[in-house]
Amino acid sequence: MAGVIQAGGQTKSNTYTGFGPLLLLPSWLIIGFFLLLPVGMMLIYSFLTKEFRGGVIWEFSLAAYDQFLFDRGLFGDDPPKIEWTYIGIFWRSIWQAGLATVLCLLIGFPTAWFIATRSGVNKSIWLFLVTIPYWVNLLIRTISMKFLIRDTGPINEWLMAGGVISEPIHMINTAFAVQLGLFYSYLPFMVLPIYASVERYNFALSEAAADLYASRWTTLRHVILPSVKPGIVAGCILVFVPSLGAFLAPDLLGGAKNFMIGSLIEEQFKGNAGNWPFGAAASMILLSLVLIALMFYARSQRQQGHF
Amino acid sequence: MAKKFDIKRFPGFLAITCLCLFLLYTPLLVVMVYSFNDSNSITNWGGLSLRWYEEVFFGVEAPKFKKAAFNSLTIALCAATTATTIALCAAVAILRAGRFRGQGLSFGLINLPLMVPEIVTAVATLIFFSAIGFKAGYATILIAHIVFCIPFAYLPIAARMQGIEGSYEQAAQDLYATRWEAFRLVLLPLMMPGIISGFLLAFIISLDDFIITNFVKGAGIETLPTAIFGSVKQGIKPNIMAISTLLLLVSASFVTLSWFINRKGGENSS
Repeated sequence: MAGVIQAGGQTKSNTYTGFGPLLLLPSWLIIGFFLLLPVGMMLIYSFLTKEFRGGVIWEFSLAAYDQFLFDRGLFGDDPPKIEWTYIGIFWRSIWQAGLATVLCLLIGFPTAWFIATRSGVNKSIWLFLVTIPYWVNLLIRTISMKFLIRDTGPINEWLMAGGVISEPIHMINTAFAVQLGLFYSYLPFMVLPIYASVERYNFALSEAAADLYASRWTTLRHVILPSVKPGIVAGCILVFVPSLGAFLAPDLLGGAKNFMIGSLIEEQFKGNAGNWPFGAAASMILLSLVLIALMFYARSQRQQGHF
Repeated sequence: MAKKFDIKRFPGFLAITCLCLFLLYTPLLVVMVYSFNDSNSITNWGGLSLRWYEEVFFGVEAPKFKKAAFNSLTIALCAATTATTIALCAAVAILRAGRFRGQGLSFGLINLPLMVPEIVTAVATLIFFSAIGFKAGYATILIAHIVFCIPFAYLPIAARMQGIEGSYEQAAQDLYATRWEAFRLVLLPLMMPGIISGFLLAFIISLDDFIITNFVKGAGIETLPTAIFGSVKQGIKPNIMAISTLLLLVSASFVTLSWFINRKGGENSS
């Protein structure tokens, strides 16, 4: 009789001991074969020679990384200069994703706190309201935003009809539109993990602080924020990582001038004009940035003893 | 000591929450309203009408969108079913099979699709299928969807399993149930709310995906998001707003369904 010796009421039971590896086999096969292996292959492709009609020639080359970093003139024989175009695109992406993260945090933290401190049914309803947009198709949400902020869109129409402005404000195809799109796309990703953290927060700590004459804001800074930090870090990662590789918001709202990493990568695989090794190299660099961000996350979680 | 203020309340937080909901909902509501606009231009308001919904179902583009919707739904159904099954096996292995080597690594593996940026997954999958000479099409989309649906199915399933005490199955085994019977007759029924919400979330995630699908689909096959994207590239047309509204309602009703199932499950077990 397996499992009988186990202490009752323990969540982590061993009723099915021995079947673990077998039960994990499908996950390993599917994810290992169709995600791990492909990522490895992408790494190899980033060191191959490009073929002009898309695809690769199996010949080792550092051309993709070289193109990313250096400008060797039109015929490739000038002395190498630093190529700023792609570094610029990456820098812009990091900056846009960072700003979106900060904005989401400024709106998301108070929202999460407010919802988590409601009681009973109220809490479920508020939470439910925030959850719905989270599950609405990202493409549709981006299209809605594009529709809203067009030059002849509802916002400009209303402002002009109200006499606030006489000329439409040009918002679409600007860096502002991309920022708005990123912020709007990933805002729920910030609210939900912070909410989960506040739920676990021990309010007696706040009471103790108040009894010791701490003001509301002192309590927030020195007691609450350190306690819910894991949720905040999780939220920031969940906003920053997808923003960094976002494709839809820069493509639909930013136009050609506001290229981000996602659009750069996509272009390398579109039709015959692309450059697969360069696209693979750009993807590898993006993946490395994300892994660095995730390492920071893992470290902060470990410090909090959540591992 | 009497407290001077309510420690849970911060001035302005209610206003920010309302602002947050306002920002989240305004674009969606505006598109919903304009989808009922009886005018050929998307800008001017020409009164209420259902003509763009008629256009979606019977207009010139209707066959294209119906085919895309069929592809989307069948792929989502297959991908969500497979991913849910795999995720359930994985959850039993991680939470119910004691400790064994590679458990932590496996947990990381299951969550890997959440950590790799979508565009990177898309590029890697495209390169992989092209390198092994697998023809892009329905099958490649389906495989890619199964992969990224697994962690989404896993999360609610594992959350539910953590809430079920191991003593139920132990009691069953004490009464001479085999392990398979303990699973099928005790654990599985208790797991149902988690399994259903895992399935629904995987289904929605698959239905919503654009980036990965766009990379691996190849020519000649469209899902609803790629068909909509192709159409929007030439400018937003009113029929797109009608389709968007319909999809929005599908997503919202799925989430609502999942929410109620979870609530009901929560009441039963407590």
